[in-house]
Amino acid sequence: MADIDDATERSTTNWAKKVDRLTLGSAPAGAVNLNVEGRRLTGPLQGFGTMWQKTYRVRLPRDVVEPRALIATWKERFPEFWPGGNRFYAPLTGIAPGEVALLNLALPGRLTLSTGVMVLYADEESFTLMTPQGHMFAGWITFSAVPAGDDGVMAQVQVLMRASDPIFELGLMLGGHAQEDRFWQETLTRLAAAHGLASASVQTTVICVDRKRQWSKWRNVWHSSAIRSSIYTLGAPVRLIRSRLSRSPGN
Amino acid sequence: MAEATATFDVRRQGSACVVDIHGDVTAGSEEVLMRAYADAGDARAIVLNFTGMSYMNSGGIGLLVTLLVRANRRSQRLLAFGLSDHYRQIFELTRLDEAVGIHESEAAALADVSGATVTRHG
Repeated sequence: MADIDDATERSTTNWAKKVDRLTLGSAPAGAVNLNVEGRRLTGPLQGFGTMWQKTYRVRLPRDVVEPRALIATWKERFPEFWPGGNRFYAPLTGIAPGEVALLNLALPGRLTLSTGVMVLYADEESFTLMTPQGHMFAGWITFSAVPAGDDGVMAQVQVLMRASDPIFELGLMLGGHAQEDRFWQETLTRLAAAHGLASASVQTTVICVDRKRQWSKWRNVWHSSAIRSSIYTLGAPVRLIRSRLSRSPGN
Repeated sequence: MAEATATFDVRRQGSACVVDIHGDVTAGSEEVLMRAYADAGDARAIVLNFTGMSYMNSGGIGLLVTLLVRANRRSQRLLAFGLSDHYRQIFELTRLDEAVGIHESEAAALADVSGATVTRHG
C-alpha cells in the first residue's frame, strides 16, 4: 500500500499538469517572447523530419559529486552551463514540472532565435524539457545522472527529436546537427568544469530512430520561430521609430 | 547504466498481442520492452496493459515513442488500456494519445483491433 501511495505521489509531483497551450505571464527583462505564449507543446510524433536520438555523456568522479547532487546543481545553475551567446531565461521558481522558460539562441547572421521550453518532468535524478510549436525541433531533452561503475557518475543529455518543419530539416542537414552536437558537448564540458574537471571528454551517440519524414506535417512551417524571429529582427527599426514618436512632446 | 525496474509479459489474443506491464517503466526498461516486442512477432496490433504499472518517468514515455515507430514500420497498431487518469493526462500532454489508441478495458482494445481487421478485409 505504501509503495502504491509513493508511486502515486511521485507521479503527481514529478510530471507537469496537462496544458493545452503554454502561458508565460510576463517575460524576464531583456528576453524576447515571440514564440511561446499560446503555443501547443510538440513531441517527436508531431515533427516533420527524420527522428533522431542523440545522447551526450560525460563521466565525473563520484568522490566529487553524487548523481542527485549533480542534478540539483544542474537544475539550480542550468543557464550557466549553456554555451556563450545563448540565453536560457529560467523560470523564477527554477526547473520544476510545468514551468516555462524562454530561450534566445544565437543563429548565424547575428540573428537571435526566440523560442522556449516547458519542464515536462523533473525528479531527483533527471529532468525533461519539451518544445513548443515553432521550435527548431519537436521533441524532448532529458538531463540525467546515474552511477557509472564503482567510482563514477555519468551525466547525460539525451535528445529525442524530429526537425519541426522542412526548413529546419534542411538547416539541420546543412550543419545544424553538427551545431547542436557542439552545443550539448559544450554544455557538458561546462558542467564538468564546474565540478573541477577541466578537460572532460564527451561521448556522443547518434541513432536514427525513424528515417521517414512526416510530409503531412510540412505546415508546421507556419509556426516557425526562425521565420517569426527574423521578421521581428527586421522590424526593429520601425519599432524604434514608433517608440520615439510616441514619446516625443505633444504625444 | 540504469537497471530494468519493470516486467513486460506477452500473451497472444487472436491477431493481437497483449503486453502486461508491471513495475516502474524507465529508460532502463528498454531492453526488456524491446525483447517483449520481439516476442510479439507479427501480431496485427500490440496492446499495452498498464493496469499493473506503478510508475513511469519521461524516459519511459520516450521508450513508448521508439516502440511506436517500430510498430508503425511493421504496419502494426499500438493500443493501450488500464491507464490511470493521471497517465491518461500524461499521454495527452505528450501528445502520445494522437498515435496510440487508448481504451478503457482489454475487451474494448481487442474489439478495436478486430474491428480494424473487419474494415481492412471488408
